[in-house]
Amino acid sequence: MCGIVGIFLKNQALAPSLGRLLQGMLLEMADRGPDSAGFAVYRRPVPPGSVKLSLYATTSTVQWQQIGTDAEAAFGVPALIVHRDRHALLSLGAEAGALSAWLASSYPDVSIIGIGSEIEVYKEVGHPASVAERFHLAGLDGGHGIGHTRMATESAVTVRHSHPFAAGLDICLVHNGSLSNHNDLRRRLARRGMRFQTDNDSEVAAAYLADRLGAGLSLREALITAGTDLDGFFTFAVGTADGFAVARDAIACKPAVLAETEDWVAMASEYRAIATLPDADDARVWEPKAGEVYCWNRA
Amino acid sequence: MITFDLDRAPLRELNQSLHDVAGEGDRRWRIVNPRGRHNIAVGMTQALDVEVAGHTGYYCGGMNQNAAITICGHAGQGVAENIVSGRVRVKGNASQSAAASGRGGLVVIEGDAGARCGISMKGVDIVVGGSVDHMSAFLAQAGTLVVCGDAGPDLGDSIYEAVIFVGGQVGSLGADCIEKEMTAAHRGKLEALLAQAGIGADTSAFRRFGSARRLYNFHVDHAGEY
Repeated sequence: MCGIVGIFLKNQALAPSLGRLLQGMLLEMADRGPDSAGFAVYRRPVPPGSVKLSLYATTSTVQWQQIGTDAEAAFGVPALIVHRDRHALLSLGAEAGALSAWLASSYPDVSIIGIGSEIEVYKEVGHPASVAERFHLAGLDGGHGIGHTRMATESAVTVRHSHPFAAGLDICLVHNGSLSNHNDLRRRLARRGMRFQTDNDSEVAAAYLADRLGAGLSLREALITAGTDLDGFFTFAVGTADGFAVARDAIACKPAVLAETEDWVAMASEYRAIATLPDADDARVWEPKAGEVYCWNRA
Repeated sequence: MITFDLDRAPLRELNQSLHDVAGEGDRRWRIVNPRGRHNIAVGMTQALDVEVAGHTGYYCGGMNQNAAITICGHAGQGVAENIVSGRVRVKGNASQSAAASGRGGLVVIEGDAGARCGISMKGVDIVVGGSVDHMSAFLAQAGTLVVCGDAGPDLGDSIYEAVIFVGGQVGSLGADCIEKEMTAAHRGKLEALLAQAGIGADTSAFRRFGSARRLYNFHVDHAGEY
């Protein structure tokens, strides 16, 4: 069992409250996933030509400011490092692929857990309340975000095994369910050049989406083909630069509920997470259909 | 009328209070601030009139006997599961497995119901004003499922003696579920159920579905159906 949540603000007056709203939803799903938690918030885009990396260090000795200094030297442009707990955000004017390759070779102990112009990813082991507290989620503004509370069933409880998983520029995925053909799919994707950090099935789903998007499919198309190519159970929430998407497998045994008001659209494993949002009592609430893809985008 | 605020007192206190109503006690209850909590008004045995003012979580009205429960919002998974008698009405939509295994009584969903509506129903009558998703009336043994809108794929898979009426389109029929003749008697039964449920619908387009009774006993010619 895991819990997933997502919120997309239609009324930008709520943007300063995004983190607080997402935190309320996340904590309500804590008993569905008390061993780890994570979230992605879409906020404060970097200028065109720049990229924002969400970084996690597996060692406690990492010198974040030194990484920033070294990146400036390597790319000849100013870099900004913002340090939060065991994570940091690195922003600079460089091409995403080149920056990723440089970081992987220069700092192998540092993982990239989110990459794009707006996305910021934070995830940790421990109770969701402590994870939200460590990264000051309630204080983060933004336009939309997704979150995950994890009760691990098939792989280790580590930060790298936690959700969200990056699936391309400004794209990340949270998953409730389990996939049974992930080892085979991981091998196939690895042959196509995808790189993996864990043996986690959800990471394979993220890589699958990244691969399909790279092949030119739209997010909606990629989520539809996922229904054929991924064997197992899933309710996915996928964050993108300008919105989020929800998809369920054809059996739909993992729960999901959607709700919409004038001010927001939200999804959650259970309605009680949505009940924490303003005016939720008046929301239109419905269950997303099996095998269908629901997308919301900023106009 | 008694108003019970779930923000001010715990759920167990509510359910215990509903079970403990004495003969002369107030029969009308209003539950406010449900906020998606699970197991609201479960295991009722008395003929109370209970209104839930908002959206509920899992199993609201589960195992109901005698009570009339109205949910003024969305109902989460397994609403009225195992209902024995009485009535449960959902004014919004319902998630999966509505009225699962229900043995009797009436469940009305004014909006849409998710997948597996009426799964393993054993005598309950279910009226859905909107549509139902896949595998509804799976293993349905007795009772009636009325769907005014569309039914998703695999309707009535492995059905026994329950009866299904659908007003809209059917995605597909499950194993051993077939369309059957709609006689005047069947239409009368359908109209009576709709009237009882307070759902207005033109019955002229409704079709009836039920069991082909080919799965009752194993027959090698039907192995592909299993």
